Amino acid sequence: MTESESDIEQQIVEWRRYLEQRNELAQDDIAELEDHLRGQIGELAASGLSPEEAFLVAIKRLGRQDVISREFALEHTDRLWKQLVLAGGTQPETALNNELFTVLALAVAAAVSLKIWDLTGLFPFESEPMFYFRNAPFFVMPWLCGYFYWKRQLSTVYLWWLIPPMLAALVVANSYPYLPAGNTFILSVLHLPIVLWLLVGYAYAGDRWASDSGRMDFVRFTGELAIYYVLIALGGWVFIGLTFVLFSSIGMNPEYLVGSWIVPGGVTGAFIIAAWLVEAKQGVIENIVPVLTHVFTPLFTLLLAAFLVTMLVTGQGVDIDREVLIAYDLLLVLVLGLLLYSLSARDPHAAPGMFDYLQLALVCCALLADLLALAGIAGRITEFGFSPNRLAALGENLILLVNLLWSAIYYYRFLKGQSEFTVLIRWQMAYLPVYAGWAAVVVVVFPPLFSFL
Amino acid sequence: MAASATPLVLAILAEGDSYGYAIIKRVKDLSDGHLQWTDGMLYPVLHRLERLDFIKARWGKSETGRKRKYYRLTSSGKVQLGEHRQQWHAVDQALRIVWKFGGQDPVAG
Repeated sequence: MTESESDIEQQIVEWRRYLEQRNELAQDDIAELEDHLRGQIGELAASGLSPEEAFLVAIKRLGRQDVISREFALEHTDRLWKQLVLAGGTQPETALNNELFTVLALAVAAAVSLKIWDLTGLFPFESEPMFYFRNAPFFVMPWLCGYFYWKRQLSTVYLWWLIPPMLAALVVANSYPYLPAGNTFILSVLHLPIVLWLLVGYAYAGDRWASDSGRMDFVRFTGELAIYYVLIALGGWVFIGLTFVLFSSIGMNPEYLVGSWIVPGGVTGAFIIAAWLVEAKQGVIENIVPVLTHVFTPLFTLLLAAFLVTMLVTGQGVDIDREVLIAYDLLLVLVLGLLLYSLSARDPHAAPGMFDYLQLALVCCALLADLLALAGIAGRITEFGFSPNRLAALGENLILLVNLLWSAIYYYRFLKGQSEFTVLIRWQMAYLPVYAGWAAVVVVVFPPLFSFL
Repeated sequence: MAASATPLVLAILAEGDSYGYAIIKRVKDLSDGHLQWTDGMLYPVLHRLERLDFIKARWGKSETGRKRKYYRLTSSGKVQLGEHRQQWHAVDQALRIVWKFGGQDPVAG
């Protein structure tokens, strides 16, 4: 390679790096443009231009980056960052600072909304844990909704759809005379976040909530938020550990500082920060999601398959008691999350591949496992009658069963070439409100139905 | 990008599978250099046609072993190309008649 050729290589690398900063362009788009650029340079150089001249002409012919990026963003409306791009072109620094300020303010507000009850002595942490359990989602979700309301510049009409349901949930959670730590109370605590998450989704997607791509973006957002939250939490543990070490070394006990300030503030505020990170650092996670799904889909398929086969071989009946049932449902929910997450990371136009067969295998295994769980629940209900837990589990497993069944059918049809991948996505996205609907039933109807036991 | 981009791209792909740079070159050749697109703008058009299922993309290798994205016309793309053909034929005929009988040449006169 001559000196000027390696020079051109360097320039192409820089050009690439510059394009990679543009969120509108996916890695594949850049690879395609690079192939074009190299083809053009090669031909111009062959016709007698020096490599430098060829590079300049080729860049010029490719067109201005901002114009091309905008065209890409307009075409790929499924990439959620287009709102950022189309609204303001390239984001000026002041806007970024503005956003950082808003995010920090919201994070602090979230932390304060939790801490203020303890600080004023109305509901101290130690003596009123029930208060914090039943209100847990309200320390986070309204602020998240507020963030997206601000970020998406939604019209005030949205407030009519966001605030009344939020207030209604607040009233239900605080006015129901639950038995302390009773079954219906625990069920409500577990299901309320699912209901309110739908509101966050509505604020997140805005006018794109009705479209599959808007909801798909929200699913993606949910998964990425979870990843970022875990990462922040890990950092938080290190932070807390170091706090203890440092203060202990000078003979102070930081337990009060950590327990009543850092942890409550961090746990709530981190949600807002994580949401902002998902929005701002789109490209980073974009590369992690496919890797994670590719690692865990085979593992979970293996786990479920091994479990089912063992059960068949040993002839061990499903003696499902409560703890097992909960673990079982958790596993199924995880599988569903994995499926949704994989779907969201998959290019809907790509042809069926190995991974899709694996995915179908996972869905089928989960389907069988779900049937077994349902059999177990039915057995317990006929033996002991209805209880809040059993009825909630029955409903959830039925909802999962319907989802998995149709997922398997649509996936099979897609692999056979009889149907498009988008059909499966449309089905999954249309099904999203069903989870929140059932969760709402559990929160609102179950407690009075079972006399708040 | 002009309205002619879609039928041109579809027609070129009807000649055989191709990739971005080759498509642009073919357009230049076919039009004797009269049709000059900003090269980068072709790709959003290709992606739109792919979304509409008129063409299908796959990753392959170039002669030098680089990653290259090839496009292929689908059956619904062929149908679409046929429709474009009829429309452009009608436009072409209408313009011919107007310019023949419609008085003097506006550019010359």
